[in-house]
Amino acid sequence: MATVTRPGAPEGIDLRRRTHPVKVDIARALPLTPAIVLLLVFLAGPILWCVYAAFTNIALTGAGSGETKFVGLDNFRAAFSSDAFANSVVLTLVFTFLSAVVGQNLLGLALALLQKRSAKVVRTLVGITVIGAWVIPEVVAGYVWYAFLAKDGTFNEILARFGLGQNWLYTLPIIAVSLANVWRGTAFSMLVYNAALSEIPAEIEEAAEMDGATGWRRLRYVTVPMIKRTVTTNLMLITLQTLSVFGLIYTMTKGGPGTKSQTLPLYMYEQAFSFSQIGYGTAIALVLLAVGAVFSILYMRLLRED
Amino acid sequence: MTTQTPAAVVATVPTATSHHGRGPRSWVATVLANVVTSVIGLMFLVPLLWVVFAAFNSQAGLKLELPSGSSFGLDNFRAVMTPETTYRPMWNGLVLCVGSAAIAIVVATLAAYPLSRFETRYKRPFLLTILFSTGLPITAIMVPVYGLFVQLNLIDTLGGTIAFMATTALPFSIFLTKNFMDGVPITLEEAAWTDGANSMQTLRHIVLPLMWPGLSVVLIFTFIGMWGNFFVPFVLLLSPDRLPASVSIFTFFGQYGSVQWGQLAAYSVLYTLPVVVLYVVLSRRLGGAFNFGGALKG
Repeated sequence: MATVTRPGAPEGIDLRRRTHPVKVDIARALPLTPAIVLLLVFLAGPILWCVYAAFTNIALTGAGSGETKFVGLDNFRAAFSSDAFANSVVLTLVFTFLSAVVGQNLLGLALALLQKRSAKVVRTLVGITVIGAWVIPEVVAGYVWYAFLAKDGTFNEILARFGLGQNWLYTLPIIAVSLANVWRGTAFSMLVYNAALSEIPAEIEEAAEMDGATGWRRLRYVTVPMIKRTVTTNLMLITLQTLSVFGLIYTMTKGGPGTKSQTLPLYMYEQAFSFSQIGYGTAIALVLLAVGAVFSILYMRLLRED
Repeated sequence: MTTQTPAAVVATVPTATSHHGRGPRSWVATVLANVVTSVIGLMFLVPLLWVVFAAFNSQAGLKLELPSGSSFGLDNFRAVMTPETTYRPMWNGLVLCVGSAAIAIVVATLAAYPLSRFETRYKRPFLLTILFSTGLPITAIMVPVYGLFVQLNLIDTLGGTIAFMATTALPFSIFLTKNFMDGVPITLEEAAWTDGANSMQTLRHIVLPLMWPGLSVVLIFTFIGMWGNFFVPFVLLLSPDRLPASVSIFTFFGQYGSVQWGQLAAYSVLYTLPVVVLYVVLSRRLGGAFNFGGALKG
């Protein structure tokens, strides 16, 4: 357990590298105990239980509630052959792609770029508004967008002047919740890109400008390549956040009408809690966890390359 | 046009710094940037305005309209500011969030100290595990956590919920706290160690006083995240009198038949205020902006 010995190192200068008995190491690791206990009980425990329960028919009521037994891959087989599961996978992909990859990411980048050229007043006011949308609790954001898109809401009021207007929450629910998620999450990407853009040396921008690279070309060939790593990191993080959005969708549509906005977290919730099929619900949870784990590992790899 | 790397672009330009790019074209671009930014800002503002206007409008519907005449006033606030509707859920939320944020910060500080100060061969794998868990979707583990809570008899208890919420905040808190602690020079402690002080003493008397600003950032950040959290208390708490503000907001539906939009808006404003205040405090502390660049690079 002891660390690298460095004979000849003057004592007292590099205490951290000094060899010390195992007892010292244990004493030093002692403050880690509460963290390890909490993480084991409330994080590792549930994940391991999830792996176990996903292969059983555990249920709180109805069939299977009497005795729990192993059912092998039945839950996964049931999921992968179920239309409802396929539906929620597709909806999750649409939701993530529209609201995170396209919406938050591009709008966040656009705002960061535009803010650089804007007057200070405009920059500050717009910044406050966008961050305001991000800071408010997700349930409130859900109500805000419910009111905005409802049949007699503000959006239709505006559209009515052009002879358009419909109940967006019924006709295009997944687009409606995606819009709400763009509104709520763009601030994160904006702040990330603000930080990245401020680190680009001014000389490079000026040089590119003098070279005649203006507008789109400068963006495409100078700015974006310079913040490539930030773009990847940002995409990874907002994808992870968007995959697990629950409260926003639940407040706006409850996954409906029918199952037209039922993304994976809402499907999982319905199966596990409304229908009490914990085994089946944990199988879906395990799928979500696996996707999250893949993104998490990719993110760590990116950080390490820095 | 062929793909050019930034270096290639730099290499082809003359080194002289002239400002011929600041012509009329650039002037148009600046005006355009201001206009487009303002329009996007407006699009973000319009949905938000509804909450503010409706909160002060006793006749509020879903439409965005300025409260006028007799409908303007504090009626909605008066109606919702009762123990059942506002005070108790807010209090529950406060207990839940302060409790779990406090536990998270204490446990994270204790854990960060050995991680920041000592070298063992277990440090790296441990830190990698911590980093890995920051990316896990908490939404996904709520089903197994519910199962665990049922078996441990922790369902519908504030204590259990606090412990779980503290744990979900731990990976990120440990990570942030360790980074802040790395910024405190070790030389002071080494002097104290040679004088016979143990590591907990140096943590308390030397490191902590130097990193209060960093710790308060972690604390506020954790609190804001928890105050808005809906899914965790929604799954783990059942009795109406234990629900925090984020969940009890649903009682506005169904209870009175039709939804009282004005009251819902007033309640939303009250529920949102604490995080807005804390965010303002936080951004002042950090000199006006989050240093996300640094946080993302680890």
